[in-house]
Amino acid sequence: MANGVALVRVPLIGGNKSAADVTRDVVGALDARPSALWWGGLALSGSALTLGMIAIGYQMATGIGTWGLNRTVGWAFDITNFVFWIGIGHAGTLLSALLFLLRQRWRTSVNRAAEAMTLFAVMCAGLFPLIHMGRPWMFFWMLPYPNDRGSLWVNFRSPLVWDFFAISTYFTISAIFWYVGLIPDLATVRDREPGTTRSKIFGFLSLGWTGSFRTWHRYEVVYLLLAALGTPLVLSVHTIVSTDFATAVVPGWHTTIFPPYFVAGAIFSGMAMVLTLMLVARKTMRLEHYITDQHIDAMCSLVILTSGLVGLAYGTEFFIAYYSGSPYEQFAFYNRALGPLAWGYWIMVSCNVLIPQLFWLRSVRRNLIVVFIISIFINVGMWFERFIIIVASLQREYLPSAWSDYAPTTIEVVTFIGTLGLFFTMFLLFCRFVPVIAMAEIKGVLRPAHGSHPAHDSHSGYSAEVTPEGPDTPGRPRP
Amino acid sequence: MNGRVLVSVFKSEDDILQATKAARKEGLEIVDVFTPYAIHGMDRAMGLPPSRLPWVCFLLGLFGGLTMAIFQYWASAVDWPINVGGKPWHSWAAFVPVIFEVTVLCGGVGTVLFFLFWAGLRPGGQSPMSDLRVTDDRFALVLRPTSPGFNRAAVERLLSGFHPVSIEERTIAAGAGKAA
Repeated sequence: MANGVALVRVPLIGGNKSAADVTRDVVGALDARPSALWWGGLALSGSALTLGMIAIGYQMATGIGTWGLNRTVGWAFDITNFVFWIGIGHAGTLLSALLFLLRQRWRTSVNRAAEAMTLFAVMCAGLFPLIHMGRPWMFFWMLPYPNDRGSLWVNFRSPLVWDFFAISTYFTISAIFWYVGLIPDLATVRDREPGTTRSKIFGFLSLGWTGSFRTWHRYEVVYLLLAALGTPLVLSVHTIVSTDFATAVVPGWHTTIFPPYFVAGAIFSGMAMVLTLMLVARKTMRLEHYITDQHIDAMCSLVILTSGLVGLAYGTEFFIAYYSGSPYEQFAFYNRALGPLAWGYWIMVSCNVLIPQLFWLRSVRRNLIVVFIISIFINVGMWFERFIIIVASLQREYLPSAWSDYAPTTIEVVTFIGTLGLFFTMFLLFCRFVPVIAMAEIKGVLRPAHGSHPAHDSHSGYSAEVTPEGPDTPGRPRP
Repeated sequence: MNGRVLVSVFKSEDDILQATKAARKEGLEIVDVFTPYAIHGMDRAMGLPPSRLPWVCFLLGLFGGLTMAIFQYWASAVDWPINVGGKPWHSWAAFVPVIFEVTVLCGGVGTVLFFLFWAGLRPGGQSPMSDLRVTDDRFALVLRPTSPGFNRAAVERLLSGFHPVSIEERTIAAGAGKAA
């Protein structure tokens, strides 16, 4: 500040857009004919989804004996994928809820897509425990409903029951949060071309939104409340997922570090997936003015932070294993780093701790191709983290006579590919049929906010200003 | 929004905010303001009272949490106690995660339902629009011209200082569809 540096703030949205431009750009993306890239993506992901559905049909008809699980390794590919997908979902809630509470206005460009990502990821995640039940059509046995077996209630002391409540609450709240955020934009699409079929469909879905400020006033409160509920919810969900492991006595699982370790890992993997998707959406939907270098830069910074947290957790686990004096605990970690799955462990460390350090370099953060490649590495690395935690711990437990190895069957691999197909199919359809940018929020941040306006100090939730570039700086002159 | 109304349409956030403040200062009855996005300070300009929704959220969350706490105690310790790993019947600490989840679920879902109900929003609902462009880039101030002491000429003079695009009087029947 002192050295006479010009403090002209880079606007959050590029291209000097007006509110009408925002509507035209975002709704226009729904009007335009989908690009060849979109059709190609849909064909690929749709094929993967079809393949996955065949695999799921087969294993439901035959039973989960089609999986490679055995008496020692009772959890493997499915729970790895479950934790992987749930973790990815968490970044969406983080971006939409936590960054809203922290008044990070840059989130408005990415929160809609990130929330959609959450929904689709939780759908993929839910499939695995559902199939793992063996008789998925009996899933409602997880609910504590009055039944003719006693009533025999569910065991509320079991983390698996907590998990059921956590995941279903998480999905419901995420879906509501996403839809509430969508209502004003649905009305915008409705009023774009009155009389058309699209206008009628969006008119039905927009619930009769008129833009009334009496409604806006309540809407802001609802949004804030949902964000305030969603933030602890997201922490609770992955905490509960981690207790699925931590309450077991398996060496390498039975540790109190698991909840924060899992939450940090979830946010880390989710930020990587947000980066992957945003870079694709930005390119294919021509949203360069909305998802700017600044947004990518801010997300890369969050990746550095969470990568550091994850790295710290890896180190702490090793130290505590050494310090515990328990030979089983020590062996579990020796086995992770040097045992039969050591290759997976070192993929995990390289992808999650070493490669993301490149983001310290500004030139790397600004090179979107490199960012994209690193984000893929992190996705892979975080998948391996879950695989190592689960399989490497189970395959070498207490009794050497019970040691066993695990390899996934084709059915398991194809089921996972199927969920990738489901995720990307849903995301591509979302990009095509739903306003992918939160228009009503973007319009509110078009002009940098301004000390000159006493009204902006109000409580309504957007006032404080921190940009990815640095702390509060004076706004540029008003147009 | 029904009956006889005066709809003034503006082009910018500042204009509508200042026009609303001026109208309120003059003691005009503000039926509503229509905007494409939430404008900061508009609640004060219109003199809206704080929303009661935080109370709804708190009470519903409390209700959900308490219900689940009692239910888990009853199911695990009273109705059919089952010895799981020698833990006490009322091992309350293990009940906390589910209590928390149900608190969030009731608070979140209930608040949204109350919001939709109070705001008159429902699937397929249709309400009269002040101007089709208020969901795009226009801002509309809707005043009640039938209120006592309403002087149309004076109001137009007042509002003309804020660059209105149009000022017109309309009758909107209660329950009308999307009359633009």
